[in-house]
Amino acid sequence: MSKKNGKNGALLQVNDLVMHFPIYRGVIRRQVGAVRAVDGVSFDVKRGETLGLVGESGCGKTTTGRTILQLYRPTAGSVVFDGVDLVALKGEQLRKMRRKMQMIFQDPYASLNPRMTVGEIVGEPLEVHHVSKGKATRERVRELLSVVKMNPSFSDRYPHEFSGGQRQRIGVARALALNPSLIICDEPISALDVSIQAQVVNLLEELQAKFNLTYLFIAHDLSMVRHISDRVAVMYLGVIMELADRNEIYENPLHPYTQALLSAIPIPDPVVDAKRKRTILKGDVPSPANPPSGCRFRTRCPIAEALCAEERPEFRELKPGHFVACHFADQFVQ
Amino acid sequence: MAEPLLNVKDLETTFKTPDGVIHAVNGVSFALKEGETLGVVGESGCGKSVTMLSVLGLIPSPPGTIAAGEVFFSGQDLLDMSNEELRHVRGALISMIFQDPMTSLNPVMTIGKQLQEPLMLHLGMNKKESRNRAAELLAMVGIPNAEDRLDDYPHQFSGGMRQRVMIAMALSCNPQILIADEPTTALDVTIQAQIMDLVKRLRDELGMSIIWITHDLGVVAGLAQRVLVMYAGYIIEEALVKELYANPEHPYTIGLLGSLPRVDEKGRHELYSIEGLPPVMYAKADSCPFAPRCKWVKPKCREQNPPLLKVGPNHTVACWVDTKTNKLRQ
Repeated sequence: MSKKNGKNGALLQVNDLVMHFPIYRGVIRRQVGAVRAVDGVSFDVKRGETLGLVGESGCGKTTTGRTILQLYRPTAGSVVFDGVDLVALKGEQLRKMRRKMQMIFQDPYASLNPRMTVGEIVGEPLEVHHVSKGKATRERVRELLSVVKMNPSFSDRYPHEFSGGQRQRIGVARALALNPSLIICDEPISALDVSIQAQVVNLLEELQAKFNLTYLFIAHDLSMVRHISDRVAVMYLGVIMELADRNEIYENPLHPYTQALLSAIPIPDPVVDAKRKRTILKGDVPSPANPPSGCRFRTRCPIAEALCAEERPEFRELKPGHFVACHFADQFVQ
Repeated sequence: MAEPLLNVKDLETTFKTPDGVIHAVNGVSFALKEGETLGVVGESGCGKSVTMLSVLGLIPSPPGTIAAGEVFFSGQDLLDMSNEELRHVRGALISMIFQDPMTSLNPVMTIGKQLQEPLMLHLGMNKKESRNRAAELLAMVGIPNAEDRLDDYPHQFSGGMRQRVMIAMALSCNPQILIADEPTTALDVTIQAQIMDLVKRLRDELGMSIIWITHDLGVVAGLAQRVLVMYAGYIIEEALVKELYANPEHPYTIGLLGSLPRVDEKGRHELYSIEGLPPVMYAKADSCPFAPRCKWVKPKCREQNPPLLKVGPNHTVACWVDTKTNKLRQ
């Protein structure tokens, strides 16, 4: 897949990314197994697009984001960003690349240092990367704060003086400080109230248009992902199950998991909601330390057959641009 | 007309804080009919949970005080009851499930013991009876191998399973009213769908009334018959569920519905966002509490807090302005 799309302007190419966290037990801390958080994930993100990465908690979406940034060093696979394989880089070289990719975190309360002023927080990346110092940094901070629609005079205040939505704006300003081309948004709005979510999402969309940003938008809220993304990838237990354009995946989901996931979302309209056919999945997500053989989803899948336990389904292109990892997805193609 | 099962009148709850007295609930009145599911919607800090905790006498005091109001439940005022009397109501006649199934179960007690406790306390069952009943309850909420799992501890259950246990516990004494405080917020969507399905099934089987507190307008749409929208400790709109979603009248409700992206929506439009933040109520409002964030604000809104005005047979709204005509209501 990467080879096919690699040339048409992909900023980020993730190939067979694997991230296993070892489990140690016993007195001598012997490795007894591994949590297979990400287990062979491939996708690419084109310049200027938003790729939504959705899945339930524990499916490995956050780990994928962090592994791309090399905050975890992957067990296997490659992450090609702007033509450079990040996995091969170390030290100073990697630090230089990190300028171009930033992250916005889920929890606006935990991701800002309570002992630093807003000015110090937003200016820190500039100082760390020796982009600017002193007065120039302060100038840039003021500019960044006004970009995220906050009063520039707030730079002397501390994070506790702000609400969740304002804190998330500070996080966005910090991410923008070094003029990155890729921002990984790790559930940036799930800790916020509904009316505040819309403010932050609108801001993110506006900034994308203004600075030609590329987003990897990680979330569990499928309605919001549909709203913000150009393409959407659905993850389950460390594996991407389906990837397609946003309208395509929501209107013609080919994977039984995507179908169930979509039908589980409540729609804020009692008339529409009453008419919908719902697929309710049985059971819970299995443990990634001991995933099912073959297809990861087979234990909860309504159409699973014997083959699903034996063979891991290939991630194949069933329709142009529409990839799915399921042995029996052909029946859903219209 | 039948007497409502629960009738709350002019409830006011305040909290003393170092910064001053916070008025969390400011004269809330509502009624719950028998067999009805009532949705209570609002953002964090709007007073929805505090209202329900006040009803059950679960407000920690100090710092909390129920400053005024009456809560009638089968002819008795719950607020006049002693703690002893209230304890017989809580759990047995009105029960509550909370948002976080992680922290609302005792981690050092087996699930079985926790389920048996209310059965022995309220229904006077002995050990054996209560254990059998506990196994039945677990099976009822769809936990496989219920009998064996009674001896497990909460950490051996997943989040969805724990919430099922909480529901089993809440329903153990066949309560007349179940108050659910954001029970699915901490769960994934597929698990949320399982739990909602379960609650709907049990509601129809057991015929209980439900008060469902949530910030998710989507959840309420599929579950409730009537909805209250709260803001800054006031009920600002009340309507039947279809009416509310088809015809929201309060600017805040309109904003909330508009700020939700819908999974069944194709086009890409900018989300409606309500600028600003909800207020912290250091005093009761003498003007409309939503006025500073409102697009339709008129001078009168800043002078007088609107009461709930009737705009339809089953629809009341606390707003001076008719948003359709952008004129003051008569």
